[in-house]
Amino acid sequence: MSNHKKYLWDKKKNIVTLLRYFFGICVFLFIIDFIVPYKTHMPWEKWPGFYAIYGLVACVILVLVSKYVLRPLVEREENYYD
Amino acid sequence: MINSIPPALIFILGAFAIPLLPSRLKSGYMLLLPLLGMFNLLNIPMGTNFVIHFTDYTLIFGEMDRLSRIFGIIFHLISFITIIYILHFRNNTEYVAGFVYAGCALGVIFAGDLISLFFFWEGLTVGSMFLILARQTKKATGAAYRYALIHSAGGLLLLAGIIIHGKETGSYDVGYIGLNGLGSYLIFLGFGLNCAWPVFHTWLTDAYPEATIGGTVFLSAFTTKTAVYALARTFPGEDPLIWIGTAMAAFPIFYAVIENDLRRVLAYSLINQVGFMVVGIGIGTHLAVNGAVAHAFNDVIFKGLLFMSVGAVMYRTGKVNATDLGGLYKSMPITCGFCIVGAASISAFPLFSAFISKSMVMSAAADHGLWITWFTLLFAAAGVFHHAGIKIPFFTFFGHDAGHRVKEAPLNMLIAMGLAAFLCIFIGSFPRALYSILPFEVDYQPYTLGHVLGQLQLLFFSAMAFTLLLLAGIYPAEKRSLNMDIDVIYRKGFAVLSMMLDKGLNGLNSWANHTFAIGMTEKLSYFFKDGPARLCMIVLKPIWELSSARIDGPRGLETRFLKKFRISYFSVASTGILVLVIFLLLLFNVFKLP
Repeated sequence: MSNHKKYLWDKKKNIVTLLRYFFGICVFLFIIDFIVPYKTHMPWEKWPGFYAIYGLVACVILVLVSKYVLRPLVEREENYYD
Repeated sequence: MINSIPPALIFILGAFAIPLLPSRLKSGYMLLLPLLGMFNLLNIPMGTNFVIHFTDYTLIFGEMDRLSRIFGIIFHLISFITIIYILHFRNNTEYVAGFVYAGCALGVIFAGDLISLFFFWEGLTVGSMFLILARQTKKATGAAYRYALIHSAGGLLLLAGIIIHGKETGSYDVGYIGLNGLGSYLIFLGFGLNCAWPVFHTWLTDAYPEATIGGTVFLSAFTTKTAVYALARTFPGEDPLIWIGTAMAAFPIFYAVIENDLRRVLAYSLINQVGFMVVGIGIGTHLAVNGAVAHAFNDVIFKGLLFMSVGAVMYRTGKVNATDLGGLYKSMPITCGFCIVGAASISAFPLFSAFISKSMVMSAAADHGLWITWFTLLFAAAGVFHHAGIKIPFFTFFGHDAGHRVKEAPLNMLIAMGLAAFLCIFIGSFPRALYSILPFEVDYQPYTLGHVLGQLQLLFFSAMAFTLLLLAGIYPAEKRSLNMDIDVIYRKGFAVLSMMLDKGLNGLNSWANHTFAIGMTEKLSYFFKDGPARLCMIVLKPIWELSSARIDGPRGLETRFLKKFRISYFSVASTGILVLVIFLLLLFNVFKLP
């Protein structure tokens, strides 16, 4: 731990920049969906922002269910089987 | 045919020479085996090769078509890469077990009859068990035995299925079987167990994280993919597979989110990826089976890469739990880069390998109007990015700095990871290379505007969910804990059963011991010690009383009389007399003598 060198993500400024770019790309991807028409298989794929909203909602549900439903049910001490 | 030999033979026979070689030749020899094997493989003509007639059976060790060839190619490739990865471990058990295991997987792939398929199928279990045992920890030994037990049960199901199917149909050929009759169902279940179907899956999540660092890389490639091959060969288009695969794709991601051991996270994600393949086989169309096989090919590489990068971290830091890791991009930047390539590949980012294979299965599901499956797979696709794509690199290389200042991974590990990373990007960027060797003609274009944009949206907004939940402090913190799965039934349930048997049977045993062995003998010995004397005393006591002698007390007649009997003044003779009296009484009684 004697290494006091500042690395790329030790600087808060870099993280903020990264997050800005990241959210910028998200907004761009969401908007472009309204402009570029593309058709695939399922009818709902034509809805603008379908994939974006599905991805966001799916992952929030995934995390909430894992944390508040699954973990309380299955979590045990590390040496449970020993 | 003369120019080639059965692919399994090179690996299995080659393996046993490894411990005998001097160490300076060993590395070269081990690298040569898969190369030689690949050269041999590409020389085997299409059709049925290496046929041996054995009693009434025909054993076929070289059934070569486009389906078996592509699995042969990927198995040789990953063997080569894994061998490079483990070169510096100098562990003969791991080397021999690895080659035998890979050889048996090749044996299954090229088996043209169910008998030799079964033989190699069992070999897989033996080889993989040694890869787990080679870790030489108590946990690994326990996991290896549980692994062996479950796979033995699966093997027995398969064997019973093969025999019944053989009797029913008169054929032991490896080809389309389909679900009809008891034999086929048993074979189906036997394959399903190795494929880690839900409920049967715990052998995988239990054992893979306990194997050696290199062993897990080997394990991730062969057992499940061999089962995927077997299902694609014998049960394509069976509807139950669609639902089984859908469940496989969905449920493990919940576990992966809360799991602390990163190799166990990858084990859950392995089941999730195999789910996509099983759905593809269940749909059974050319596009779907092509998708399943292409995804199996890619999964072997990117899952291998992810296990290799986590293994390299484990090798350098000795830690594998998310709670103990973080900030390693500072010390192991190259490994970090390779891990991100693996993460991007499994998440199906455009230009990375899963992008060109996962979507084939999704498209096939959409073509069939399987919208529940389609939605679940899409959910699984977002989820896999969440736990394997972000969680693995984030908690290992970024996140909170755990303070590890270690060296970068050894050169051979970096070369192995580099090769795998190159293949992930190459296949993702030039899909035709892979498409040209798939079982069926490919008429599929992954790089359409809709697909690229839709996938990017899905991934970026999944990442947004992760970021927002993390910033809001809702994301579940990694905890030192263990998550129960179905295996609790046999790990705890069997312990309870064993306790019940212990208390029940051993209790009965100990009661019997106390009552008969100890209690009865004591009573008998007491009887024979003092019994005759006391019987005599019944007669003597009235006489003593009449003679007014002292009867009670330590120096009384009674005590002295008993003592005399005990030191055998009379006991033998008097016991003999007593026995005789009882015998005579019995005689009179039984034979009604006068």
